[in-house]
This record gives sequence, C-alpha cells and structure tokens, in this order.
Amino acid sequence: MTFDWQPVWLTLKLASTTTLLLLIIGTPIAWWLARTHAWYKQALSAVVALPLVLPPTVLGFYLLIMLAPDGPVGQLTQALGMGTLPFTFGGLVFASVLYSLPFVVQPLQNAFEALGPRPAEVAATLRASPWDRFMTVVIPLARPGFLTAAVLCFAHTVGEFGVVLMIGGNIPGETRVLSVAIYDYVETLDYGQAHLLAAGMLAFSFLVLMTLYLVNGRISRSHQP
Amino acid sequence: MSSIEIRLKHRFGDFEMDVAFDAPGQGVTALFGRSGSGKTSVLRAVAGLERARQGLVRINGEVWQDGERFLPVHRRPIGYVFQEASLFPHLSVRKNLEYGLHRVAEGQRQIPFQDVVELLGISSLLTRATPRLSGGERQRVAIARALLTSPRLLLMDEPLSALDHAAKQTIMPYLERLHDEFAIPSLYVSHDPNEVARLADHMVVLDAGRATAQGEAAQLLTRLDLPLSTYDDASALLEGFVSSHDHSYHLTWISLQGNRVAVPREDLPVGRHARVQIQARDVSLSIRAHADTSILNILPVRVIDTRDISLTQVLVRLALEDGQTLLSRITRRSAIGMGIHEGMQLYAQVKSVALLS
Repeated sequence: MTFDWQPVWLTLKLASTTTLLLLIIGTPIAWWLARTHAWYKQALSAVVALPLVLPPTVLGFYLLIMLAPDGPVGQLTQALGMGTLPFTFGGLVFASVLYSLPFVVQPLQNAFEALGPRPAEVAATLRASPWDRFMTVVIPLARPGFLTAAVLCFAHTVGEFGVVLMIGGNIPGETRVLSVAIYDYVETLDYGQAHLLAAGMLAFSFLVLMTLYLVNGRISRSHQP
Repeated sequence: MSSIEIRLKHRFGDFEMDVAFDAPGQGVTALFGRSGSGKTSVLRAVAGLERARQGLVRINGEVWQDGERFLPVHRRPIGYVFQEASLFPHLSVRKNLEYGLHRVAEGQRQIPFQDVVELLGISSLLTRATPRLSGGERQRVAIARALLTSPRLLLMDEPLSALDHAAKQTIMPYLERLHDEFAIPSLYVSHDPNEVARLADHMVVLDAGRATAQGEAAQLLTRLDLPLSTYDDASALLEGFVSSHDHSYHLTWISLQGNRVAVPREDLPVGRHARVQIQARDVSLSIRAHADTSILNILPVRVIDTRDISLTQVLVRLALEDGQTLLSRITRRSAIGMGIHEGMQLYAQVKSVALLS
C-alpha cells in the first residue's frame, strides 16, 4: 500500500497561505473593530462572524457565483489576466480566507480590547508615532491573541470540507485536500488509507491545540503584574 | 510671566468642559479638584490624548493647539505620568526607560540617563522585569521614563493616588527633588490638599469642568470661599528660611520675616529656603501673648475674615506681620466668647509645624 502524500502537502500549503494572508488582512479589521465607536460596528462584526454560522455549502454557493466567469469577482480576475478561480488552488485560498476570517479577527479583536488604549497612549507620550507604537507595543503585548488567531486559522483551514467541495472540486494536486481525500477513500471503501489520514488529522489537531494552550498559558503567566 | 496658556472647550458625553487658565512657565502648577471635576480631562487635552473641540494650548510660546493646528501627542515635548505606572510589561526596566529616550534626537537630550536613575533611586532595578516591581518602584520608573524624553512640560495625573500611604511617603521626596533639580514646568493633578501643599507653587481649582480660582498655592489653600479650607486637614503654607539650629533642644528655627517658628531639628544649611505647613486644627488663638504655656510657636496675627464651617466650628483666616496667611479652626463658642472680628489683633499658638522642603 503506497501512501499518497499529495493531499497532505496541498493542505499544508493552503493552510499556511491562508493564515499568512488572513493575519495581514485581519489585523487592521480587528484593530478597527476594537477601537471604533461607529454605528455600523455591530453590522460589520456580524458580517465577519457569518462564516461561523452559515453552512459551508451556502458560502460555497455564493462564492461559486461570484467567482464564475460572469460573476463580479470572476470578471475582475479575468480583467487582471488571472483567469477564473473556481476549481483552482487560488480559488481555494480565496474561499478559505473568507471562511476562516472570524477565526483570526475575533481573537485579535479580543486581544486588542483587553489591552485597552493605555499602552498605546503611553507610547505616544514617549514620542512613538502611530505605526511605531503599533509595532513596538501593541503587537508584542497582543502576542497571545496573534498566536491564537494563527493556530485557529491554520487548523480550521486544514479541517475545511464543504466550501472546498463546492468551489474546488477534487482535482489531485490542485484542489484535492485532506478532508476531500478522506471522503473519497471512504466512498471507494478504501478504509486503510482513510484510517491513516483520519488518524493523522486527529493527532495533528490535538497537538496543535495543546501547543496553543501551553504557550498561551506560559505567556499570560509571565505577564502577570 | 504667564507662559502656560490653556483654553479648552469640549463635551464628553454629558460632561461639559470649559476651562481657561494661565500658569507660570516654571514651577509646579497643581490642578486641584474633587473627582469628576475634569482635572484628568484637562491634562489629557493638554497632552493631545483628547482633542478638545475648541481650544488653545500655548506652552512657553509654542502653540500645540489652536483654531487650525493640532499637534499630535507624539510630537509634543511632554512627559506624562499616568495614575497607574503603565510600564510596558514586555520590556525590562532599562528598556522601558530607553523607549522614550531613543525616540528623542540626540541633540535634544538634556537630561542625562545616569542623573535620572540616581535621582529616582532605581539603578538597582535596571535589569529587573517590570511585573516584579512594587507599586512605588513602578511609579518611580514611570517618572524616570517620562523625564528621559527631556520634556518641556511635565504632566502628572495623580501619580501617588494608586499607592499606599507608606509608598506615597517614600516617593514624595523624589518629587520634591525633581522640581528642585530639573526645573521642568509641571502640571500636577491632585485631589489631595497635602500633596498640593508640599509640591505646588501655583494652583488652579477646578469644579464641574470649570476653573473656579487660580493663583499662588499658599494663597488659595487658605481662601475661605474655596472648598480647600473646609477640608478636615485644611492647612496653610508659609515660606521662610532656616535661621538657626538649637543644638541643646534639638530644634531648627525657621524665620518668617520678623517671626520665627521651631520645627524638630533638620540637617539643613542656615539660610536655605524653607516651606512649612501648619494645619488649621493645630492653631489656637488667644488675646494676650502667654509666657506660661508649653507652646513654643506663638505668632502675632490679625484676623482677616471668618467662616462657619459647621454648627460647632469656625475657621479664622489670619494675616501674619509679613502678609502670609494662616488658618485656625476653633469652636464657635470660643469665637463668640473672645469676640473675634475682622481686623482684631490676636496671638496664634501653633501646636505643630511641618517642614516641607
């Protein structure tokens, strides 16, 4: 029995790309949500949280329509010379970024809110510009939040199934990620391979979460006043 | 000489701030008021942490805010000490101190690192992690951190209020030395008349978002129309100098232009400026000077005015021969029995005098 590593690598690639992009996109959104008093803050929070409650098929369905050749995003990507995204790795990344958005924004927003405005104010009175104080004070102090966000995003993307199936299909090396591969093996009654992948996922998820709790526990202990 | 000019109008929720005051461009100006009087809001607006809708902030000729301009916080040459020390927990004491220092151009650093560290007695703490410091140590590091930016205005928001009594007593001398050695003009927010008496030269009284009185601290502390004189520990400040030491009885005499008072012996050079504080409750009045009393400090005074502060007690404001004022709290029964009235000549018997600096 030869083990097919391709879905594993593809899944890790998808999860890392998504996590990296989401940390870049999610940080300003979380910062804004933590600081603003705008009346539409609640509406935006709700939009960010939508993927938590929507069935992945609903999200996948709308994404498929948006990304289709005549959809708004599809037209844009074609105009930019990127072709269309459904059933490609790029499409999966796009979908994962939306699908995992709350898993990054919410821990970061909580971390920023728990920090309060004071550390940044102190830095400002010590001559630090807004960017300077964000990089040297806010990010280091919100580190547990960043760690939680990154781990949750990574793990959640690894475990994604419904959205992938709707928008990516099952193309080996392009969109056939772990969860889809397991589904496939079960369908074809290849329980040996399914067991391997499923047990691997279980062990991986457990390790990731345990590491997260250990590290966060240590950070919060060392920051106790 | 008024070179700190503050005009601020702003609405915070249902709190309306409309403050105007001038303060000398040197020395310590206390912003005094009860909690909720807007002291902290004024200080934050001066720092630029709040943006007052309408305002003028001019410090020794530099405009930080007016109709058109609003200098952001990090471009204002301020040192700000918050109520809680607010040290950065992810940085060591040394890194905390260097945070502001390194952001000031080298040519503008006027206060040497070593001087500040020694003045505040924190040289042994430099390598420590900030979460392991005591409250008093933290506040000293926070003050040093603010000083190291070589500020042209020091803003202190009740820096002692989060500390217990013992820690307060240990920090107070550092604050006094600070003002003697670096001579940075300061705005000092406080609701404690004793702190004001010890530290402030000038004073602005705030009430419900307005400046209700301003002037020399010694004058304002004794004005009977202001809330300060009605405090249980209402007191007067007197300025003088060390005139002599009495070695046999272990006393130091402070001369108050013509009069003198004794305090427990302090090792200070003769001729040095001295500020003493006398609590209103420690001053009793008599019509004649008695020689047959245990009280050492007896000063001839003239009654300026009086005010009933309760059904039983009266506060009497008194002028010394040199014009400085003293407060005395006596019973209404005694005041009426002695026939105390404006202009009356009396002798103040002072039971206890505290030397402040």
